[in-house]
Amino acid sequence: MSRDMIVVGMADLNVAASPGILTTIGLGSCVGIALYDGANKIAGLAHVMLPDSSQIKNNANAAKFADTAIVKLLSDMLRAGARREHIKAKLAGGAQMFAFNSSNEAMRIGDRNVESTRKILAELRIPVVAADTGATYGRTVELYAEDGRFVIKTVGRGGMTL
Amino acid sequence: MYPYYILTSCHTKGDIPMDDLNHLNSTHFDILKEIGNIGSGNGVTALSKIIGRKVRMKTPVVVLAEFKDVAAFLGGPEQLVIGILVGISGDINGIMMFLTKVGTARKMLEILMGPAVPGAQDGEEFTGMELSALKEIGNIMASSYIGSLAGLIGKEVRPSVPYLSLDMANAILSVPATEFGKSADRALLIETLFEAEGENVSGYCILAPDVTSFQIIMRSLGAE
Repeated sequence: MSRDMIVVGMADLNVAASPGILTTIGLGSCVGIALYDGANKIAGLAHVMLPDSSQIKNNANAAKFADTAIVKLLSDMLRAGARREHIKAKLAGGAQMFAFNSSNEAMRIGDRNVESTRKILAELRIPVVAADTGATYGRTVELYAEDGRFVIKTVGRGGMTL
Repeated sequence: MYPYYILTSCHTKGDIPMDDLNHLNSTHFDILKEIGNIGSGNGVTALSKIIGRKVRMKTPVVVLAEFKDVAAFLGGPEQLVIGILVGISGDINGIMMFLTKVGTARKMLEILMGPAVPGAQDGEEFTGMELSALKEIGNIMASSYIGSLAGLIGKEVRPSVPYLSLDMANAILSVPATEFGKSADRALLIETLFEAEGENVSGYCILAPDVTSFQIIMRSLGAE
């Protein structure tokens, strides 16, 4: 962990202004949603576990669900000085960690998280400019508020910067 | 040492109606502890037959933890761990997961196959043969637990074939965490300690029944 690293936990979200860095460790089936306003250098990162809050009774934690997390993250960013028209999204995660029969609902959760995230972002007219989703391995991500770069690290499968 | 964690959901703020799930009291704790005890005991008996050594089990310890803190028990969110997943279907649906640290997995392989396995590698690399062996250990532990649970509650429960993943603790834990996430943010950890002669081996078992199945389990065991 280097300077100003803010850790976003599972079912958690946070916002940082430059030169802050947001990180979330070990995204599996969860999706890391990175929103960034390049003009005002405001970054927001959410680590969502489930696609849809409306299907779950225990939905008090907005950061747990793709639909409510994106709305909350967006409003937190606007409050921190971001402008909506500048915000672009990058995504990572949504893996299928085990090669389990895909007919099992619980095991397809990675795909469903990504689908739901993309749908909600489209509804909000936030463009997804880059994504590294799916596959079968975990990802740790870092979002740099100074330039919006989204660094993805894996165990034994290399890394990339989006 | 052979700690097991059986995680079941429970609510945090009292804002969930009792019929929704998991109003945990000391009786529930005792029941879950007992399931852990029996399941782990059977698993270890099966394992000790295979490795041909005596394995001792200690009384389980029950811990209630935030799910986000569970990775700490495995050495941190980025710790490389091996997870073996067995699906559960039948009267109870959900997943069962067996977890070990990589170093522990090495030790298990030495116990199982002997220290001088031809072609064996060190550190974080495993051969296909070694991964198969680990998958089988996880399968035995998970299936023993599932069998014990089924017997105790008198329900028909079928385990799937095992699946293995070697990755960061958080990424692997996201699978049962998601199952819990539908109903709760905290997890009940039942820690059972085991000791094979001279060798300390630690493993963790996590049971993630779906919401309905958790209610069935608790009702079958006489909890309100």
